[in-house]
Amino acid sequence: MRLIHWLAVIPFIGMLVGPAVHNEVHPLILGMPFPLGWVSVWVVLTAIIMAIVYAIDPANRENEP
Amino acid sequence: MTAALVLIGLAALVALLLGIFARAGRNMDLEQWTVGGRGFGWIFVFLLLAGEIYTTFTFLGASGYSYGLGAPVYYILAYGSLAYVIAYFLLPPVWSYARQHGLHSQPDFFVRKYKSPTLGVLVALVDLVALIPYLVLQLTGLGIIVTAAGYGAIPKDAAIWIGAAIVTAYIMMSGIRGSAYTSVVKDILILGVVLFLGIYLPLHLYGGIGAMFEKIAAARPGFLVFPASGQSIAWFISTVLLTAIGFFMWPHSFAACYTARDARVFRRNAIALPIYQLILLFVFFVGFAAVLQVPGLKDGDTNLALFKLAAKQFSPAVVGVIGAAGVFTALVPGSLIAMTAATLLAKNLVGLARPWATDDETATLAKWLVPVVMLVAVYFTITGSATIVTMLLVGYSFVTQLFPTVIASLMPHNPVTAAGAFAGILVGVAVAAVLTFTHATIGSLLPGLPEAVRDLNVGIIALVANIVVLVIVSAMSGPRTVSTGGA
Repeated sequence: MRLIHWLAVIPFIGMLVGPAVHNEVHPLILGMPFPLGWVSVWVVLTAIIMAIVYAIDPANRENEP
Repeated sequence: MTAALVLIGLAALVALLLGIFARAGRNMDLEQWTVGGRGFGWIFVFLLLAGEIYTTFTFLGASGYSYGLGAPVYYILAYGSLAYVIAYFLLPPVWSYARQHGLHSQPDFFVRKYKSPTLGVLVALVDLVALIPYLVLQLTGLGIIVTAAGYGAIPKDAAIWIGAAIVTAYIMMSGIRGSAYTSVVKDILILGVVLFLGIYLPLHLYGGIGAMFEKIAAARPGFLVFPASGQSIAWFISTVLLTAIGFFMWPHSFAACYTARDARVFRRNAIALPIYQLILLFVFFVGFAAVLQVPGLKDGDTNLALFKLAAKQFSPAVVGVIGAAGVFTALVPGSLIAMTAATLLAKNLVGLARPWATDDETATLAKWLVPVVMLVAVYFTITGSATIVTMLLVGYSFVTQLFPTVIASLMPHNPVTAAGAFAGILVGVAVAAVLTFTHATIGSLLPGLPEAVRDLNVGIIALVANIVVLVIVSAMSGPRTVSTGGA
């Protein structure tokens, strides 16, 4: 694995740590209970992180994948 | 009521015609029929991989799950996104290996990698045991949707027979192209319906999403957070991780990746698919909106939460549109599952008995096995056997057992032997089956442990047993004489 690929570990930690640390309804995130709002925010962050990985990953610049 | 029936009928007709039209004059040989000539671009692969998100199980199940159980439903949103992160790394090598060796099914991959048709048989059997209940679930969901949205005018069994006939017809004609084309309509419909319901209902009934959750939190304390035991945080974390690795081990998702034109398609989808998953939020909102609006649904009836609420709020025409979307969520995944099951039956099971068969003969056989697969599924659906529900639970833990072997086979020097792979998978599925049929939890097996360990998803035990056996048998049967070269 290239160094940049290790970025992909972040969503796993981010997604799961929030509900584990703070399993309460409040504060609401975007109107949602905290664990659900947290997961939703991390879904978006996952997409952003993967976009960064995609942009840097040399595999996507080669002619043959 | 008539409006609803017309719309549902129209949906069925569109699915049939579009599915058949997908063939577009092509000669449906094995390569076209199973993997679309390996020429699918971004959109079709996106839809096939996303197909998993919007099945009847999601449409009825996720809303019913929110309604019935509350917070534990959040796991569905989390695991899908993480599965796509895994796919970024997993699918490109699987795809290029499949292309290089002309693979058509998931067992093909194991046969090639481990040079063992016997391992292919085991994987094919595991796949079938997982796929048939999944197909049954789609047909059961179809029956529920058509009955609910049609206000009971169409008998459940009739809906199931008609649905099965439509899927059979267009899959036999068009193969995976039928699934891909119909999934375009499915996703547009479902997107519209889910966004509308998920935004309108909380707004109209509660004055907003925040207001809705405040009211639920006040009326049902603890409902919106993970409970202290049972489906606790430990359950959430372990279940998300297990289902994320199992996601692409489903044979129809695994083999759907063979259809791609290039590997970048998967990497790009790892960005888009998590966002697309967010639509599930709105399905949850519908389920939560129903909590205080149509209270009292129990057990299996929780799956009706969405339709009960819709029928209470909207005219039959709107219910009909929801029903039409629902019909597509059953037919499209159902068609992909039926095609996958027929392919691996023809190629990896029957194919062993007639090794002389050409690809054309295998394709013909696979096409004629579609009605056989559908008939088996219709039989289980209509008899409504209770074991099928348990078998579905087994399904996910079964396919997850393939993960260690797939990963090992992608390493430059695969340490796992064919015998190790065979033994590991066999032990893994045996343990998974026993645990599911006895309704064991880690807590019931090892009561002395702390709560956090007792609530871990029991599937971990099967996976650990699998890996231990895999390592031991590989060590005993190694060193490998066959190289994985060129993988």
